Amino acid sequence: MRPPPEPVQVVKSRRDAALERLAGGVPFVGFLGLRFDRRGDELTAVLPFREDLIGNPLIPALHGGATAGFLECAAVVELAWTQMWEDMESGRLPPDAPLRLPKTIDFTVDYLRSGLPRDAYARARVNRSGRRYASVHVEAWQDHRARLFAQATGHFLMPDGEAG
Amino acid sequence: MTPFPPDEPREEAARRFLAALPYARALGLTLVALGDGVAEIAMPWDDRLVGDPLTGVIHGGAVLALMDTCAGTAVLAHASAPTRTATLDLRIDYMRGAVPGRAITARAECHHVTRTVAFVRATASDGEGRPLATATGAFTVEGSAEGAA
Repeated sequence: MRPPPEPVQVVKSRRDAALERLAGGVPFVGFLGLRFDRRGDELTAVLPFREDLIGNPLIPALHGGATAGFLECAAVVELAWTQMWEDMESGRLPPDAPLRLPKTIDFTVDYLRSGLPRDAYARARVNRSGRRYASVHVEAWQDHRARLFAQATGHFLMPDGEAG
Repeated sequence: MTPFPPDEPREEAARRFLAALPYARALGLTLVALGDGVAEIAMPWDDRLVGDPLTGVIHGGAVLALMDTCAGTAVLAHASAPTRTATLDLRIDYMRGAVPGRAITARAECHHVTRTVAFVRATASDGEGRPLATATGAFTVEGSAEGAA
């Protein structure tokens, strides 16, 4: 007979705690005011608008550097999250050991239109993830999901791939 | 490359420009030097900008913001005197993590400008000798005096 499914609250709190361990420990994520919405394994990075994210006060538009930092955080967290998913779900995640994050090798940002002074959203997709290297694409939008205001591609060094 | 002769009014304008950008203020960016199509900008150490709590290395996103701002400033400092610019794309290569506790300085050179596009190269350093990151970018140009595309 199959074991009964886990209670939904147990599943949710395990995943939310793992995500918090991952993103909550990064000071720069807090500096940007970034948070992550989770639906199952799907993450949406949310950058709530703040005045000090403005680059050009005349337009006004989000600073390109703020947009890029937002995209890079979204990409790194998505990659680490995808990597840890299996361990987390099978209860193999070390309870106390700090989670090691991938390192960015390079990051290329396309600025498609000005970032408006309102909340921004981003979703990243791991296109290739090997033992040492990973390639991640990330898209950001504001009012309309289909009208991206920025996108980026980055290559990352996996935390356990550095030694080899 | 030897520094360009100082150009006080333009340097003041660049300082004002930097001080007027809220995100540049939040990062504590200050102008170090300005020449013809060249800008140098410093970002002080700030533990809120750490990307990896295990190593204390500054997040790449903060270095990228420094490089982007420095590159845009270099475009505005170009001899063709564009009045406005915006980043079209920027690629950054991270060679190593920044040493914790150190300020990071970026130097950008706007090496080519057409009627519509400016091309920029930049490096970032924490004083350790080897640069910690390099970047290349393309920027929009408005109001430039340059004719040929």
